[in-house]
Amino acid sequence: MDDNTQSSMNRRQAPVIEPGHTFATVTDKISSIVLTRPATTGWFIGFGITFLVTMMLLYAIGYLFLRGVGIWGVTIPIGWGFAIVNFVWWIGIGHAGTLISAILLLLRQSWRNSINRFAEAMTLFAVAAAGIFPLIHVGRPWLDYWLFPYPNTMGVWPQFRSPLVWDVFAVSTYFTISLLFWFIGLIPDLATLRDRSENRWARMIYGILAMGWRGSARHWHRYETAYLLLAGLATPLVLSVHTVVSFDFAVGIVPGWHTTIFPPYFVAGAIYSGFAMVLMLAIPIRKIYGLEGFITERHLDNSAKVMLATGLIVAYGYLIEAFMGWYGGNRYDVFLMWNRLHGPYAFFYHLLWVCNIITPQVLWIRKLRNNPAFLFLISGIILTGMWLERFIIVVVSLHRDFLTSSFGMYYPTRWDWMTFIGTIGMFLCAMFLFVRLLPMISIFEMRTLLPEAEVKAE
Amino acid sequence: MEESKQKRRSEEVCPSKRGKLTSEIARTLIGKRNGPEYWRSLEELAGSEEFQEMLHREFPKGASEWVESVSRRGFLKLMGASLALAGMTACTKQPLEPIVPYVKQPEEMVPGRSLFYATAMALSGYAGPLLVESHLGRPTKVEGNAQHPASLGGTDIFSQASILGLYDPDRSQTVTYLGDAYSWGSFLQAIRGPLNVQKGLQGAGIRVLSRATSSPTLIEQIRQFQKTYPSAKWHTYEPINRDNVYAGAELAFGQNLETRYKLENAEIIVSLDADFLCAGFPGFARYVRDFAAHRNPDGKMSRLYVLESTPSSTGIKADHRLPVRASDIEQFARALDMMLGDDSDASLVPQWAQGFVAALAQDLKSHRGASVVIAGDHQSPTVHALAHSMNQALGNSGQTVVYTEPVIANPANQIESVRDLVSDMRGGKVDMLFILGGDPVYDAPADVGFADALKNTNIPLRVHLGLYQDETAELCHWHVNETHYLESWGDARAYDGTASIIQPLILPLYGGKSIYELVSLLSGQAEVSGHDLVKNYWQRQPHPGDFETFWRRSLHDGWIAGTEFTPKQVSLQNKSFPAAHNLNLNSIEINFRRDPSIYDGQFSNNGWLQELPKPLTKMTWDNPVLISPKMSERLGLKSEDMVELELEGKKVTAPVWIQAGHVDQSVSVFLGYGRSRAGRAGTAMGFNMYALRNSAIPWFTTGLKIRKTGDTYKLATTQRYQTMETPTGTRPLVRSASLEEYKKEPNFAQEEEQPKSNTLYPPVPGWEYQQKPYAWGMAIDMNACVGCNNCILACQSENNIAVVGKEQTVLGRHMHWIRIDTYYQGDRDNPKAYFQPVPCMQCENAPCEVVCPVGATVHSTEGLNDMVYNRCVGTRYCSDNCPYKVRRFNFLLFQDWDTPQFKMMRNPQVSVRSRGVMEKCTYCVQRITQHRIDSERDERKIGDGELQTACQQSCPANAIIFGNINDPNSRVAKLKTQSRNYSLLADLNTRPRTTYLAEIRNPNPELEEKTQTS
Amino acid sequence: MRTTPIYGIMAEFDTPTDLVEAARKTSEAGYKKIDAYSPFPVEELAEAIGFHRNGVPLVVLIGGLLGGLSGYLMQYWISAISYPINVGGKPLQSWPAFIVVTFEMTILFAGIAAVFGMLALNGLPMPYHPVFNVPRFAFATKDRFFLIIFSSDAQYDPAGTRRFLEGLNPRSISEVPS
Repeated sequence: MDDNTQSSMNRRQAPVIEPGHTFATVTDKISSIVLTRPATTGWFIGFGITFLVTMMLLYAIGYLFLRGVGIWGVTIPIGWGFAIVNFVWWIGIGHAGTLISAILLLLRQSWRNSINRFAEAMTLFAVAAAGIFPLIHVGRPWLDYWLFPYPNTMGVWPQFRSPLVWDVFAVSTYFTISLLFWFIGLIPDLATLRDRSENRWARMIYGILAMGWRGSARHWHRYETAYLLLAGLATPLVLSVHTVVSFDFAVGIVPGWHTTIFPPYFVAGAIYSGFAMVLMLAIPIRKIYGLEGFITERHLDNSAKVMLATGLIVAYGYLIEAFMGWYGGNRYDVFLMWNRLHGPYAFFYHLLWVCNIITPQVLWIRKLRNNPAFLFLISGIILTGMWLERFIIVVVSLHRDFLTSSFGMYYPTRWDWMTFIGTIGMFLCAMFLFVRLLPMISIFEMRTLLPEAEVKAE
Repeated sequence: MEESKQKRRSEEVCPSKRGKLTSEIARTLIGKRNGPEYWRSLEELAGSEEFQEMLHREFPKGASEWVESVSRRGFLKLMGASLALAGMTACTKQPLEPIVPYVKQPEEMVPGRSLFYATAMALSGYAGPLLVESHLGRPTKVEGNAQHPASLGGTDIFSQASILGLYDPDRSQTVTYLGDAYSWGSFLQAIRGPLNVQKGLQGAGIRVLSRATSSPTLIEQIRQFQKTYPSAKWHTYEPINRDNVYAGAELAFGQNLETRYKLENAEIIVSLDADFLCAGFPGFARYVRDFAAHRNPDGKMSRLYVLESTPSSTGIKADHRLPVRASDIEQFARALDMMLGDDSDASLVPQWAQGFVAALAQDLKSHRGASVVIAGDHQSPTVHALAHSMNQALGNSGQTVVYTEPVIANPANQIESVRDLVSDMRGGKVDMLFILGGDPVYDAPADVGFADALKNTNIPLRVHLGLYQDETAELCHWHVNETHYLESWGDARAYDGTASIIQPLILPLYGGKSIYELVSLLSGQAEVSGHDLVKNYWQRQPHPGDFETFWRRSLHDGWIAGTEFTPKQVSLQNKSFPAAHNLNLNSIEINFRRDPSIYDGQFSNNGWLQELPKPLTKMTWDNPVLISPKMSERLGLKSEDMVELELEGKKVTAPVWIQAGHVDQSVSVFLGYGRSRAGRAGTAMGFNMYALRNSAIPWFTTGLKIRKTGDTYKLATTQRYQTMETPTGTRPLVRSASLEEYKKEPNFAQEEEQPKSNTLYPPVPGWEYQQKPYAWGMAIDMNACVGCNNCILACQSENNIAVVGKEQTVLGRHMHWIRIDTYYQGDRDNPKAYFQPVPCMQCENAPCEVVCPVGATVHSTEGLNDMVYNRCVGTRYCSDNCPYKVRRFNFLLFQDWDTPQFKMMRNPQVSVRSRGVMEKCTYCVQRITQHRIDSERDERKIGDGELQTACQQSCPANAIIFGNINDPNSRVAKLKTQSRNYSLLADLNTRPRTTYLAEIRNPNPELEEKTQTS
Repeated sequence: MRTTPIYGIMAEFDTPTDLVEAARKTSEAGYKKIDAYSPFPVEELAEAIGFHRNGVPLVVLIGGLLGGLSGYLMQYWISAISYPINVGGKPLQSWPAFIVVTFEMTILFAGIAAVFGMLALNGLPMPYHPVFNVPRFAFATKDRFFLIIFSSDAQYDPAGTRRFLEGLNPRSISEVPS
């Protein structure tokens, strides 16, 4: 969105921050959630449940290491199953954070300020959840470190033509950069918490993390430069990560994988699911912690629009895939399309269209865009759809490729499900901790949104 | 009191270890007292709930259930180990074994190098000549005896798998009495008295039941025995017998004769329900070799007509296949015979066969002396007689078919023989019953009631000699553990009569006795070793020159020169043959067939054979009922539906499998499954069809009733999708044409081949294959391949490939490095079908390598796609990206690391893969290396044909040719220049080193359009 | 009477506008060693206190170049020199395949350089700083704006400077003990 459309939006839309707030109120409201407000029983229940689910994940992984990947549904010819599907899905979700903080920052979309903090946190946790799968899905997980180029007595190295090695670099870079980005964003707020916390220990811990930040003009100056540059770096990075992930497939020769449209439509899909997850988190949080003043209808509306846009790109991707399958006339691609439409997994392919392409079109209606409950539902549907997309790409392409003799079927086992649900639990568990321990909205950036923050030249 | 009895036993059994035995026992988790007895409970265990649970496995629910079955698998494995130990220490006296280095190294034994010994394996009496590879005294691999006329290097799956049979931890490991371990000595005592008593009675109360044998030594021993006990009776029974063959010869020529075919001279081959291209058919290896040699479209190309009820490998190779019910074959044979005669009258030919018979008769007449009619073993004597008369009429006798004296000793009707025995048992005439080998309790026809007779007549002394504590052992007092053929001396005749010495490769693993040794005891001789028995026999035979030299030579060569039967001159005794049996042809027919993998059930505890996909159905671990597509529609049956088969009141419930090309109104069932005491692998697998078998017409009959039960049953097939046709078009995976088409368009197979110039990259420096001394490649001639599965087992044995079990096979995780894809094409009621062996293609531009993140699969300078197990992390990306899906992954710990026997069995030159590692065909790189070392030592290049891969070596059809494609004179290089040569999925430009020679059929132009169906 | 030496004199303001205003006046008055503190970045402030040069971009550039170069060279050395293997007939130096890792390394190094460069140039972490001795300075991270003139400044004299600051009508003035 360019500036004038945004200003026009300003005219007809809710502001990004409720009028009547001052530096003090903003600071108090947000920091109180962490410092003064006691944890509710609701929080404890939520945290407890998600924590137990996380334990289930550990159990599933433990058993996996004990027995081997054979406890999953993977087989020949479907060598990759849930693990990779979930990996791609989580990585996709992990895109919203950095995108919001970086790209929207560069685009001067000031409304981002109130959602970027927990979007970034969400990114970190999502990437962490994603990172688990490539590590555990291999046959001999204790040798994972062989994928890193480290000098060794064997004198052997990773094989840099393999997209999996690219993944290692892309994902670890993405995680590191996101973490740094998130952390420097936190520094000034940590200083705020340090100066406002009554509890001695809290003051000490926040103090250490704040590293003695005191808001000096010089510091702010360098800080802003670094933040901006980091945003500039993170922007191509965030686009590259899912491109690289899509290479895992595009580089292969399997019909349904070997296609050049993957990079763009994977990225679009990633942002699509990322924003869906942001909404699924933002909507309940703003309700529970009464942050409607900071996360306004405007934010929901914009996010919905982003989803609508990326959703259309994804739709284009599907259509081109189908069209090329038919137009290219390659016997294997033609069959692939037939198999998606009529094969044993056809139901999921059709469901995919319903979830990802058809349903989200209702977002054209503004009234629905401003209805939190409804957006929450739509986001859920989109997240399901994006998961299905990866399932179609990974499993349905593999289960019937070149030789009819090696056609096969894939059936997930209870261990597949436990691992998948386990990561969701872990993700939410981390979010629960985050909202309690750190300011989920960037206080200092919110301050800049207040009218009195502008320096009036006389 | 039971307690004390038990105690007393264990003490008298091995007094040396009082208490020790009990400590032994303490280790076996279940509180059983000693090996054997515990053993029985193991089978009960396997037969019980876990097994049921496994049977009624259903996806996706089942997918999650397997965890239990895996833990069960682990549990059994563990038990296997402790059991083997228990068995071994239980009661055989363990000699002290001081471990000292060789003082004088045994001659020729070089650690790391293998030795080959000639021996033979007898199957239903027919010897399969073998060379067995031995590593430091451990037999590890079976090869065919290339010099032997009956093998020419080919083997069959049964001999390939016999290695596993030898090391099977479930083998009976001790003499037992009522299930408790006893010493050999106490057995001797137990029979001495009764035998002396029988001496007085001329042995009137002695009955011996053995399997069919061709062993000259044993035959003489039997005579010896019958001299000692004139009125004792010796019975022979084989569930897969050749009664009809001999009866047929009797009928035609008035004498018992062995019929032998010389396919190398045959232009036209007519099979009347004869599956002579399937392992188990006497002379199989040689027949396949001769048949394949004459399927060369550029040279001699024979024509094969097959009439059959159950689709078979032979039927698949046929140029013209006519699905006919087994009970209609006779009618057809009469018609054909009549048409070949002088007074032929087309109007007498049954409607359904008219066109076919006319054309066939015409074809046959124009190939007098160069044609052959082969009748199936399970066809009635009448059909055999008709076949004989036709061969006589066509002047084939002496040309393509020769007659010799029977290979099997005492070719009396075996079913009659076992029936007599049972009536004697019921008549209380039997005081001592010796069952020497075999498992009649399980495999005697149901209506004979052998098991019942054994159970309910109190024969004072029942003795069983066998490899396993099987169903029969359970109903006998004494069980003597038999030695495996690789452990003991013996001899046997091949299908052409050539006698081979069976020489042991290793001392008996668990002691035990061979049938020779036992029989010599019965005849009252002092204990003589098997070696002496066999050697002495041959010493008494006329032999050229000095015996020692003759003996050594015979052992070395693997056969005894000049023992081949000389063809007899015969003439038809009569021209008209009675109708074999009058069956109600309007009811459903049932065919009983030996199982293509586990034969009659004697191999049912052999994991390799159990997991070997059957040639047509690709079924493993089970024996479903085959029905025709038409019939399935009529009865509303789907594959894997359970049905109840009812035949003359006897009922068996089993799943059905729809088999394309199966004749309508007829079902086929396979014998050998549903055993209750086979062992870990075989017990309670599949369904026992002997329960339906009728001794009067044991091979096929009518009047079958089928009832759908409504249940379903999971079958483990390794190829669900058996056609190249997809809803969006046919994939050119197997290229085939008729002889005429081929002559017109020789390059028809190559339209997708990619020119070498199709690449962006120059050859990788250091890997310019053309300039290297060797570039390994393989050509597979699909015209020759008869889908006999030999290559799969040869590979499994050579490369230490694991068995994964049924539930893992259901999931598609079988580990075979080479598979044989079977494709059906066209009319489902009578389709064309093709076999396509698929090993690793060793692509020069291997897609698997590019995606491996750790470089665990890379290219050698000789063009091999090497798999580096120790480097493999197990991402499975390579398998995903392999268009041929030839890579296999160790999803779990499939290898059995515990069982000591298996440690002895493995090929020390091939690393044993563990959990989480990808594996695949290596072109037998260990053999390549071995030969490279040798050739470099002699400063020469590896000669063509001197280096053979395991699959190539075992292939009776010579369908697999491996060699150096850089050498223009190598066979493989020549084949690759042929116009039939094409590479699979060539359009992907993977540049496979393994290529195929397109299949050419040679149909009869007159019949072309009649049987051709799109 | 005062024992501890003075680190500087600090004035507190209510709005960024006042602070910028004050800061500009101060530097116009010739004070060099001054600094300003705000709870959020105020663009004009750096300008006002006469702070222009900023080393962060250079650090990032160097980091990026270093990352990219090392990334590509590592792959080249490993695949073509250290342990050359034939992988699916691809050239030893398959540069198109090496782009991804090169790119990622560039970003990684640049990013790390940005963050740690910024911290280093800011002299962070610095747990103790004299300004923290001023109780009211706790509001610098909430809603107050501070200006400080360091005692090390050439023009600094305790009384005069204090008077000068009072002229800027701040909310309050406090001495910062060092």
